[in-house]
Amino acid sequence: MRDASRVFSSTLLWPLLVLLALLVVNVVANPGFLEVRVQDGRLFGSLVDIVRNGAPVLLIALGMTLVIATRGIDLSVGAVAAIGGAVACVYMVSSPDESGLGTALVACALALATCVALGLWNGFLVSVLGIQPIIATLVLLVAGRGLAMLVTDGQITTVNNDSFRTIGVGFVLGLPVAALVAWAVFGLTALLVRRTALGMLVEAVGINPEASRLAGVRAVTIRWTVYVFSGLCAGLAGLMIAANTSAADANNAGLWIELDAILAVVIGGTSLAGGRFSLAGTFVGALLITTLAATIPNIGIPSETNYLFKAVVVIVVCLLQSPKARAVLRRRRTTPAPPAPPAPPESPTPTLAKAGTR
Amino acid sequence: MTHLDSAEPVVSMQDISITFGAVTALDGVSVRLFPGEVHALMGENGAGKSTLIKALTGVYAVDGGTVTVQGRRLSFSSPAAAQEAGISTVYQEVNLCTNLTVAENMMLGREPRFLGAINTRAMNRRARATLERLGLDVDPASTLGDHPIAIQQLVAIARAVDVDAKVLILDEPTSSLDADEVEKLFAVMRRLRSEGTAIVFVSHFLDQIFEISDRMTILRNGRLVGERMTADLTQLELVQLMIGRDLEVLEKLERELGEEGSTVVDETPVLRAVGLGRKGSLLATDLEVRPGEVVGLAGLLGSGRTELARLLFGADASDTGTLEVAGRRAKLRAPRQAIDRKVAFLSENRRSEGVIADLSVADNMLLALQATRGWLRPIPSATRKKLVDEYIEALDIRPADPDALMRNLSGGNQQKVLLARWLITEPDLLILDEPTRGIDVGAKAQIQQLVADLARRGLGVVFISAELEEVLRLSDRVVTMRDRRKIDERTNVDVAVGDVLEIIAGDARAEEVGARA
Amino acid sequence: MSTQLRPAPATTPPAPGGTGPRGTGRPSRGRWHALRTYQPSGRFLPILATLALFLGMLQVGGLRYEGFTSSQVILNLLTDNAFLVVLAVGMTFVILTGGIDLSVGSVVALSTMVAAWTLQDGWSPVAAIVATLTVGTVLGLLTGMVIHFFDVQPFIATLAGMFLARGLCYLISVESIPIRDDTFFFLASEPIAIALAPWQGGVVIGLLALGMVAAVVKRAALRSALLPVLVGLGVGMWVTLLLMGDPELTTTYSVVIALATVAVAILVLHRTRFGRTVYAIGGSEASALLMGLRVGFVKVAVYAVSGFCASLGGLLFAFYMLSGYSLHAVGMELDAIAAVVIGGTLLAGGRGLVVGSLLGVLVLGTIQTFISFDGTLSSWWTKIVIGALVLLFVVMQRVLTRRQS
Repeated sequence: MRDASRVFSSTLLWPLLVLLALLVVNVVANPGFLEVRVQDGRLFGSLVDIVRNGAPVLLIALGMTLVIATRGIDLSVGAVAAIGGAVACVYMVSSPDESGLGTALVACALALATCVALGLWNGFLVSVLGIQPIIATLVLLVAGRGLAMLVTDGQITTVNNDSFRTIGVGFVLGLPVAALVAWAVFGLTALLVRRTALGMLVEAVGINPEASRLAGVRAVTIRWTVYVFSGLCAGLAGLMIAANTSAADANNAGLWIELDAILAVVIGGTSLAGGRFSLAGTFVGALLITTLAATIPNIGIPSETNYLFKAVVVIVVCLLQSPKARAVLRRRRTTPAPPAPPAPPESPTPTLAKAGTR
Repeated sequence: MTHLDSAEPVVSMQDISITFGAVTALDGVSVRLFPGEVHALMGENGAGKSTLIKALTGVYAVDGGTVTVQGRRLSFSSPAAAQEAGISTVYQEVNLCTNLTVAENMMLGREPRFLGAINTRAMNRRARATLERLGLDVDPASTLGDHPIAIQQLVAIARAVDVDAKVLILDEPTSSLDADEVEKLFAVMRRLRSEGTAIVFVSHFLDQIFEISDRMTILRNGRLVGERMTADLTQLELVQLMIGRDLEVLEKLERELGEEGSTVVDETPVLRAVGLGRKGSLLATDLEVRPGEVVGLAGLLGSGRTELARLLFGADASDTGTLEVAGRRAKLRAPRQAIDRKVAFLSENRRSEGVIADLSVADNMLLALQATRGWLRPIPSATRKKLVDEYIEALDIRPADPDALMRNLSGGNQQKVLLARWLITEPDLLILDEPTRGIDVGAKAQIQQLVADLARRGLGVVFISAELEEVLRLSDRVVTMRDRRKIDERTNVDVAVGDVLEIIAGDARAEEVGARA
Repeated sequence: MSTQLRPAPATTPPAPGGTGPRGTGRPSRGRWHALRTYQPSGRFLPILATLALFLGMLQVGGLRYEGFTSSQVILNLLTDNAFLVVLAVGMTFVILTGGIDLSVGSVVALSTMVAAWTLQDGWSPVAAIVATLTVGTVLGLLTGMVIHFFDVQPFIATLAGMFLARGLCYLISVESIPIRDDTFFFLASEPIAIALAPWQGGVVIGLLALGMVAAVVKRAALRSALLPVLVGLGVGMWVTLLLMGDPELTTTYSVVIALATVAVAILVLHRTRFGRTVYAIGGSEASALLMGLRVGFVKVAVYAVSGFCASLGGLLFAFYMLSGYSLHAVGMELDAIAAVVIGGTLLAGGRGLVVGSLLGVLVLGTIQTFISFDGTLSSWWTKIVIGALVLLFVVMQRVLTRRQS
């Protein structure tokens, strides 16, 4: 339990507090904010909207967490999501039975397979060719929306399939399907990661790649796997986004979602430098981002200024995580500053390796 | 060269002490540097060479003692301040920008300018003049990265010389150079020496030390052992000074564990290497390890002992030779292939190549086993608990908490966890590179005992240590390395530390004797 | 310490007679040998590839479509992308140090907004321009300071800058603000005649030819730079021919500003200590520090330069669009990064040329022209082709650097 309390005090506490503060602000601005009512056997209310709208970000942030834990990053998820939605919609529109359940299932499978293939591609560039993750995934970020438009032929493809629509806007047992799916995937992943050895090996590769190699960890496979998983998550998110409007918009589906996802991961306490990751933190982070987006219109600020608030959040979170900034803060508090301790004698002659070769 | 004592030292460091927390890295060390001499700084790992150099170059602050440069007492607050006082350093890894030109690398920061614009032509001219002064024929306008490491090293020296360095510190500049390149470097050093520069030279190649240096300061465990003229010293005496045992005393030391003798003779070797080598790190070497046998690798730092171990494990890929593991040919390109063949390797760099600092003790212990199982087959939690508890107890790991973070353990306990990591994989061959370095005495004895026990249970062990005593106490056979190759191999029946010392220093001394005769 | 030996760099022992580029004192072993063993220095290979790509695309376009290689069409590559040229110049500074700047697209939008808003408010055009440039530069400066002083990754810090700039846009106005200022109108559309008369062109070509002869004569001094110099002079001749090709040829002030930016950037990068420090940091930050260079200052400054270039690019974009709008230039940072990468600059830093980025922008422009000339090709092919080119150059760089190390 000592462990749990430490985790709470360091990583989850702040995002949870901010989340709470946001909710309080919302309630103050709009006392009915927390109200959830049942209507036609469904739950309605701002909170329900938040969990429903937050589902795609949550999914993508989930995949991103594992990628970041291996010292990587996946910039292409938004574009991959757009491609996934496009593939599904185009398949349904072109199939003879546009509104059938079977068609919807095949469409989803096809879309997910495509996204897995794109994840394989990213993973190949990063783990086999050894290209820096930012650059490797930049390729699909640039080309991806073009590919999505190639699929949709540049049109916003609307589909008429209620089964498919359910993924985005449907309700089961009164709860939004999108949120249920995202939470289920999240839970399964958490289980998979912590019950199998994947989580441990991912962290080992992220913390000390060389030591992991010498211990026999197949880092290439691990890295590759997380990019494929990230692709899969992006695909699922893409299906939700498309189902939400029953249309595939190659240009705008999942636009900037990679940034929101990265932000959610960072807020959740997973360092961009890789290593230990916290899925619970990512969960809270994703919730925080979605709540922030919902808060701004709720308290009467034009929703476009969302960006400004996000910028503030990014800066604050990064400064809180930056060891240098912390050191500055600490020095302010405890003067006079002790002389910087020299590196312990065991470390080899000046660390002259190129700085920042991540 | 012989009248150095009459001159004023250009730098004199008196009673220098430096401590890091509880650790004393330097304890009252004094060094004098005279103009026009090559001064070798000698010592094994942890002797304090690099700490001393960092004190002189302003990287570390001095806790006690004085630094006098040309009669003025100075205390350097930064590397820049030391450079201003005329002390330049060239490190082993070339500290230049390979993407810039040779001239830029030499001149950047003090390049000739006209109205703020760099005068490239004048810069190249000045660079060429300096290079020519050192006898180097290198185009100043060429990109540095297009040149071999040796030339880059020389350009680094040229940069240091261009600031009119009174003292030039060369920290292991030759470790990646071949014979021709070393000769080129020495030519430059001689030229500088004749111009009156004091050169501090650090190298672990004894032949080079004896070829180029005039005087040496020997350190051991952070203390000054002595200052000697190179001409007055034989290689054997030097090695004794560095390792710190008198020959006579050593002769008396007997093996403690060897009495039981080893009964292994006829079994197939766990590992047999024939002509194993890698360009730039190890010349073709043969080695055989049988089950139940401890093979000790003796030799100084840089002799090839670690390089050999890494090739045996596939941590580096070999270019030449063949390897047989348990009688079957094996081409090791990755550690994983060695692990699958039941080979384990404990690296000497605990921190960078062993410990996963942010994971728990249990995770660190089970990493190698888990890696061989693949991520889909996690170790069942019952087995997990059993293994971890068993090894925490067997190796006396403290704190005995499987969930403690590895970063919070002491060096000795981290080392035990890493040993456990490998023992859990039930290897047939265990390669231990400096398993007892930098850990406290109690843990050291425990690890030595463990190695002996493991061998008795039939494991093949390759044991590497800078401490000869330790090697001799544990091994059934002693292989001695020097200058990146194996120079001797003998059964450890009556071998004494002195014998090995003589082998290490040996053939050069023979040459020396021959030359004197 | 004993590990330091291990990864012994794979150096080839020096072959007798010389390793690598050598001094001049050596007697030549015959011209043919020199020609056969001639190797343009590795750093010029990517940019030569970009140039070949650009000219090849023009060639293919010229064969397929009528008028594709007419002087005005080629000149329009610059006119339509002047803002991107300026952005790419700023991005080159950042990428050369091994960083990245994601905020430039948003800063362009913010700049159009600031310019439009101040003009609407009755500011003089000069004041509006100064205000715009100041906003962009200060934003870049702040980003740089966060990166340097707090060790925040450039990716994240500039991401914050991106959000911030977009947010500020909306704070100014959610709607598009038209620009009706005469000065802006003049700068945007006043044609500048730049056609060369035959005699003028003749003189220029003659001079360039003389330069070529001089280069060949002094090849010993140029060594590995010989081919790039000859190619550069050749390109100069081609440009002169283009300018002679159409007596009606005009361009705009935007192009003049963009090309001036390129020229200044080249001077700064290659002729000042600041510029060389930019390269040194990209090569090895630790080494640059040990050389006593002002690493911190330069690291902050490159983001300020990028911010300045982004706001200048924003002004050019405002000339082009004659409006300020929050949704301008969405994703333009990707175009700028792509142009720099296709221009042969190493994303890890340390290698690359501003001229390459100019060429990269021209390549992107050519792709667009291709698609607009074709008519049957859809616009999304632009993105796909750009992505493919980025991939091509990234992999090429990877192979080149791997071979070197």
